[in-house]
Amino acid sequence: MTTQNRSVIIIGGGPAGLAAAAALRQQGVEDILILEREHDLGGILRQCIHDGFGLTRFKEALSGPEYAARFVDTVQQAGIEVMTDITVTELHADRTVVATARSGRYVFKAQAVILAMGCRERTRGAIQIPGSRPAGVYTAGIAQAYMNLKNIMIGRSAVILGSGDIGLIMARRLTLEGASVKGVFEIQPYPSGLPRNITQCLDDYDIPLFLSHTVTAIHGTKRLTGVTVSQVDSSFRPIPDTEKEWTCDTLILSVGLIPENELSKMAGVLLDPRTKGPRVDEHYQTSVAGIFAAGNVLHVHDLVDFVSLEAERLAESVGDYLKQAPADEEAVPVEADPELAYTVPQLVRADRDLTVSCRVRRPLNRVRISIWQNDQKHVTRRFRRAIPAEMIHLTVPKEKLVPGEPLKVVVEHE
Amino acid sequence: MNKTLTCVICPNGCQLIVDYEGVTIQSVEGALCSKGNQYAEQEILDPKRNIASSVRVTGGKAPLVSVRLTGPIPKKKIFDVMAEIRALSVAAPVEIGQVLITDVSGLGQDVIATKRIDRI
Repeated sequence: MTTQNRSVIIIGGGPAGLAAAAALRQQGVEDILILEREHDLGGILRQCIHDGFGLTRFKEALSGPEYAARFVDTVQQAGIEVMTDITVTELHADRTVVATARSGRYVFKAQAVILAMGCRERTRGAIQIPGSRPAGVYTAGIAQAYMNLKNIMIGRSAVILGSGDIGLIMARRLTLEGASVKGVFEIQPYPSGLPRNITQCLDDYDIPLFLSHTVTAIHGTKRLTGVTVSQVDSSFRPIPDTEKEWTCDTLILSVGLIPENELSKMAGVLLDPRTKGPRVDEHYQTSVAGIFAAGNVLHVHDLVDFVSLEAERLAESVGDYLKQAPADEEAVPVEADPELAYTVPQLVRADRDLTVSCRVRRPLNRVRISIWQNDQKHVTRRFRRAIPAEMIHLTVPKEKLVPGEPLKVVVEHE
Repeated sequence: MNKTLTCVICPNGCQLIVDYEGVTIQSVEGALCSKGNQYAEQEILDPKRNIASSVRVTGGKAPLVSVRLTGPIPKKKIFDVMAEIRALSVAAPVEIGQVLITDVSGLGQDVIATKRIDRI
């Protein structure tokens, strides 16, 4: 089998892959190939038909397909090469990419590989709900795909476990399509989705949200007939004698997303246990030279606008990398405050403008989040309220950064 | 009277505290931009929302085309609009932005396609 040499291979044609490709071409990179396993480009946006995308980027409220179409059009007008219906089956540390399609098996060798595979949903197995295994239990994204892409109505009366944004969006979608949504049950004492989605997806339709509750049993043999829901204590253990039975034919799980890592692991890319995605420096380069990552494969985002921006920052660095692999400044760690769930990047070389993305672990009122290096405070942002559902960004220009000195992201209560 | 609202205009999701008497807004606190103030007024007087759904397609590469409204409609009219959307079926091809229902339910907004669906 002949190996095709390529400058850049992008694995995944969703929002991250598309934005990276368009930005690389704008920098004059000619030889770019996007590999997409689905038949169409656009990734998860194709099924996110609700509006509210693109407010920061395009200053208008678009639906997911419209947001994707803007990038697909740019990529097509730029003449960037795309292969669809092709699945990457191997990725090696020397940047060999093996892919399989109906037309055969392909082997590529790339100067740079961009990981843009997005994330996957946690399933019933991942959260181990006891009970029988009837039909009618769906992850929120699968329910969304059935209803919005395949025209398959998934049920008439639903219970939703988890208050992630897709679950909230599906609560509204099911209600608009005439189903009854009995309630949304969240194990945490606070919602995991965005406040605006609590308002416009639940409150608008009088769908109750139960915090500190979880599904403790699933009933039914052929089709789901109902679920048992219990209150949980502060360690998420079900509290005895709080069980309540809910009759329903559908259970939707919106219990978290995890970066897709199969290929990253195969290439030996080091993962961060906090983000569950690759560990990167501010160039979005992973622990393997020439392999970069952005978007939901790196850490799960709440807004696609931020995915596009991250992929464009990545593209800037990939463009430089192709010209000449930079004489590496030593990478030093970014230390995250205990109040933060994580930071991206996890390492810095202090040789380009820096954007740090992070999330708080729990809702916090009146805090200042700052980036420090030695005794120097580079930037501070104040928040009336910071919540885990909303990713926070802090930027520091290159001039302020000192190579070789660790950074600290500090949370202070006011 | 005081009411706390979550602005749904953008992902900031500002918590707004609205002080009002009947239909007169006395003050809105907590908005990061002027759209929040407008939203709070609208929300007290006559809440409006945009909605998204899908419409059946015949002869297309996909069985459905996603749609949305060109602008928000009164919240209490959402199910009237949904009934019109559900009754509709269109023939492929469909273009992004194509108007599928003009002035839906007489509310001054159109139902437009948000995806391109080619013919089989």
